[in-house]
Amino acid sequence: MLGSVARELFENHSVTTPATAELRKTALNSTHRRLGAKMVNFGGWDMPVEYSGILAEHQAVRTRAGLFDVSHMGEIEIRGPEALELVQFVTCNDAANLVIGQAQYSGLMTPKGTFVDDLLVHKISDAHYLLCVNASNQEKDFDHIVRYNRFGADVENAGPRYSQLAIQGPGAKALLQQFTKVPLDSLHYYHFAFGRVNGVDCLIARTGYTGEDGFEIYFSSEHSEKMWDYLLDAGQAIGMLPCGLGARNTLRLEAAMCLYGHEIDDSTTPWEAGLAWICKPDKGDFLGRDKLIAQRQRGIDRKLIGFEMLERLIARDGYVVSHDGQEVGRVTSGGPAPFLKKNIGMAYVPAKLAVVGSRIEIIVRGQASPARIVELPFYKRPKPN
Amino acid sequence: MYPADFRYTKEHEWIKVDGDSGTVGITDYAQHELGDVVFVELPKVGTKLNAGQSLGTVESVKAVSEIYCPVSGEITAVNSALAEAPEKLNQDPHGAAWLVKLKLANKSDAQSLMDAAAYESYIAAKDKEASA
Repeated sequence: MLGSVARELFENHSVTTPATAELRKTALNSTHRRLGAKMVNFGGWDMPVEYSGILAEHQAVRTRAGLFDVSHMGEIEIRGPEALELVQFVTCNDAANLVIGQAQYSGLMTPKGTFVDDLLVHKISDAHYLLCVNASNQEKDFDHIVRYNRFGADVENAGPRYSQLAIQGPGAKALLQQFTKVPLDSLHYYHFAFGRVNGVDCLIARTGYTGEDGFEIYFSSEHSEKMWDYLLDAGQAIGMLPCGLGARNTLRLEAAMCLYGHEIDDSTTPWEAGLAWICKPDKGDFLGRDKLIAQRQRGIDRKLIGFEMLERLIARDGYVVSHDGQEVGRVTSGGPAPFLKKNIGMAYVPAKLAVVGSRIEIIVRGQASPARIVELPFYKRPKPN
Repeated sequence: MYPADFRYTKEHEWIKVDGDSGTVGITDYAQHELGDVVFVELPKVGTKLNAGQSLGTVESVKAVSEIYCPVSGEITAVNSALAEAPEKLNQDPHGAAWLVKLKLANKSDAQSLMDAAAYESYIAAKDKEASA
């Protein structure tokens, strides 16, 4: 029965890893194994999928806090007086709007206006940007940026130097504050600061991939075990759990955040993916700009929607979406929403069908199961006090 | 851990034979690999299945798995409690969370499946493979 499990949902569709290839490991690999984590091959990385269980970990992040090792994520640093020009040319959001200490969600674009990757752009100074990119895309992204670096900026694939931990959930701020003098209350969402956490120099960003308040800290990888252990020990008092990629995926799905290889890839544009808010053709020239302007004028043929299953069946990645008996699209991500206690998913459907409230069907093991198109995100955290 | 009076398949189902009937479930190893079970779909009473045919589906948060019938027979009962409480499969896979009962086509079919000792070495080898 378990033939399908290993290769199930944690496969990253954007890469194929030969079975014989050595898996890459974060600095915390042995720590995860010591904690009894179940490990999986995630896009060529040997990563924890769960420790105590996805449901418990998901609930911990929604109600208390969770600690994630996301050191597999890639970091690309761009330096020099031409840094902004290069960032502007390869990404679709407007990095010129950033102030020092601010981060921005953006897309790394192909000349067709589709996604090479999605990423966070951090402005460290006028001449220094740090890009956080997907683990299994980091070499591809680096090569892509270098290829279009006609500006002479310095581009470094800095991933191996960094570890990254995510502390997420309503209890994250108070927990992290115990370890740093950086006033976290005044660090706004999508802003970052440099400071020490537990004596280690860090970039502390108020960002995340869970739909909760929280932080992502970047630091030199030799401090990983100490940092992880201190945070986890201190977190016990508030019921923080170590969390794996399983909960990371269910949390981001409830928050309707895109995952590369699922909602976005090199065949989808920001308009189609509901990411118009990160696509700024008015900022000036960038890769794919003309195609994106043309598509916006012509109108999109398909659109990313969110749906809820109306019966008990669970939609999964890749399942067929049908309407009036006709196949109209595919589920990009689907599964249980542990906090909402529903079965949800996202899918591309023809733009004319993308109407909140209307019915579609998801084909589950040969049977059409009804679903309703709903507003995104599925889950929105309560407003902070 | 693995009851001595069960027989086991390579796909991690178990069967307990009692005369001409058998009770079928998934193993503790299977529930652990799946993680939190959230949905169980079972056949109707009266369904006739050959060994290796799909018996139903178990879904965890992260994965869908088909269950295969360990031996040929006719379904005489299904564990309907699992529809409302699928998490029982994580808690008691060898006991309260049995899946179906079968009237066996041949009483001796289960003899060809692994006994507990053979199954334990089979999963030990799998674990070794996974951590290598």
